Amino acid sequence: MKLHEYQAKRIFAQYGVPIPEGDVATTPEEAREIAQRIGGPVVVKAQVLVGGRGKAGGVKLAKTPEEAEEKAREILGMDIKGLTVKKVLIDPAADIQDEIYLGMIIDRARQRVLMMASAEGGVEIEEVAATNPDAIKKVVVDPFLGMKGYQAIGMASALGLDKSQFRPFTKIATGLYNAFIGSDAELAEINPLVVQGDGSLLAVDGKMVLDDNGLFRHPELAEKRDLDEEDPAETKAREAGLSYIKLDGEIGCMVNGAGLAMATMDIVKFYGGSPANFLDIGGGADAEKVATALEIILSDPHVKAVLVNIFGGITRCDEVAKGLLTAIEEVKPDVPFVIRLVGTNEEEGRALLADANFPTARTLAEAAQMAVAAAKGEVK
Amino acid sequence: MSILVNNDTRLIVQGLTGREGSFHASQMMEYGTNIVAGVTPGKGGQEHLGVPVFNTVREAKAATDANASIIYVPARFAGDAILEATEAGIELVVCITEGNPVLDMITVKAYVDQHPTRLIGPNCPGLISPGQAKVGIMPGSIHIPGPVGVVSRSGTLTYEAVFALSNKGIGQSTVVGIGGDPIIGTKFIDVLKLFQDDPDTEAIVMIGEIGGTDEEKAAEFIEEYVTKPVVGFIAGQTAPPGKRMGHAGAIISGGKGTAAEKIKALEAVGVPVAKHPEQIAELIAERL
Repeated sequence: MKLHEYQAKRIFAQYGVPIPEGDVATTPEEAREIAQRIGGPVVVKAQVLVGGRGKAGGVKLAKTPEEAEEKAREILGMDIKGLTVKKVLIDPAADIQDEIYLGMIIDRARQRVLMMASAEGGVEIEEVAATNPDAIKKVVVDPFLGMKGYQAIGMASALGLDKSQFRPFTKIATGLYNAFIGSDAELAEINPLVVQGDGSLLAVDGKMVLDDNGLFRHPELAEKRDLDEEDPAETKAREAGLSYIKLDGEIGCMVNGAGLAMATMDIVKFYGGSPANFLDIGGGADAEKVATALEIILSDPHVKAVLVNIFGGITRCDEVAKGLLTAIEEVKPDVPFVIRLVGTNEEEGRALLADANFPTARTLAEAAQMAVAAAKGEVK
Repeated sequence: MSILVNNDTRLIVQGLTGREGSFHASQMMEYGTNIVAGVTPGKGGQEHLGVPVFNTVREAKAATDANASIIYVPARFAGDAILEATEAGIELVVCITEGNPVLDMITVKAYVDQHPTRLIGPNCPGLISPGQAKVGIMPGSIHIPGPVGVVSRSGTLTYEAVFALSNKGIGQSTVVGIGGDPIIGTKFIDVLKLFQDDPDTEAIVMIGEIGGTDEEKAAEFIEEYVTKPVVGFIAGQTAPPGKRMGHAGAIISGGKGTAAEKIKALEAVGVPVAKHPEQIAELIAERL
């Protein structure tokens, strides 16, 4: 789950990271009031969960409260990569002398939390990694010890900071690490961490991605999920315990298991079709879950055929068949279906579907070809 | 023969009395797996499915001399269950549970690495040596004994590949699901090494997916160490970047972890990569 910049920075602040004393506005008038309160130049920043806001014109400097109102009016309602801006953050403009990147990530290869920093702040770390990988300094954190002082000081030194900044930097690095661990994050980034004219450090921008699997420990963070920024079908799927990702093809796919769901999308493409979605109904799905899954697939108007691919293990094919029949009865879809059921209780499942006159396939290749043909209108 | 599990496997089930644990334990028993005990805190002293239940893994091991454990407890307790089995000296711990917080697994994995225990999973279907022992949730009936070792990050996709192999009359030595999480106990290279060293495995199927770089590492390892024929498959060629495809580990991030990169790495070391799951069996048949 992604957090907005202002949410991430507020969490960082709770862990002792200095952030600009700004506030969030949802109207231009509010933006003016906040700017008034701050006094002096401010930055008006769109709060959307995509990168590249600056380039899209979603971050603007304003010298006066009136200008802040004007800029907020321009930015609020703006479309950035398909997302509408509903909130702006008004922060006092920082006195930027230098910009640093500081981030915590899960390093899969090392199986550890990794602190990364670069003196080339303000640009995306992926870009630095591609163009100048040596500029990225890394520190591996031992899970039993946590971030230690010498590691943070080592990083400050590697970044070429002045010795007077070692302690403030250590406080920020330790704070960011503690925020990362304390929130069950999989990414926490300060970019840029600004070195101001007076030498002080300030976290001007923040980003945080939380581990969905850890949210049960943080109900207060789970509440921060911004449903405005999620596809409604994906929200519905998540609430039903399904894993759904909308794509732009025309063959709706319903599969049990993530790997098989991906392989099903791939084989659709291999036979000349294009998948409309990724959908994993999970293990042991019952009839009700299958019905919800089908409703979600059919809510996409581009779907011209539905391919159901179930390899029963924990999932029972007869349960899936029952769910399909119930859902089809309710939704009365006007697109063709191709259904493949193999594994636990497949005979019972197929018998149920045969009674209702549904085309069934035995192999995945056969099913995919039938679905591609059906989407092209080549079969009934 | 086989790797990791066989007729000598003496299995305990952590979470035996739960719904999932009960169902799969009875399926495993039906397959012929030697389940010697269950562990459910607070239910020690009872009997369930014909085996004794203990409060702790330590007690269960002392009473039954178990050498393997399978875990069916909910995600918030799974890390603890792995640590308990590791501390008790169980040689092979298989964690089926999905949805484990990744930071928990970092600590758990670091602890397991300091002990002789081997962890499989989490978020995996387990493993099976057909005709000997099933330690997992896969449908036993689709497997037949034979010379092909299968290792995979996926569950049902593995069944698909096994189904295709068995339909061609090609049996399996052992099928290992290593799990779809970013942090897992046993990786491709560990299992590839075991298969290479197993005299009864003649060819290997490796099923990967988008996310991480374990397939690339496996390709390097194959070039260095593996002389047996290997056939690959990578799921997620049509997956968009930045989206998590069901498995916590299946995500293309920062342009890394794409199917194309993985396929390229495997093909570069002479591993043919099947275009779809059923083709895996055809490619294996050509190489046996």
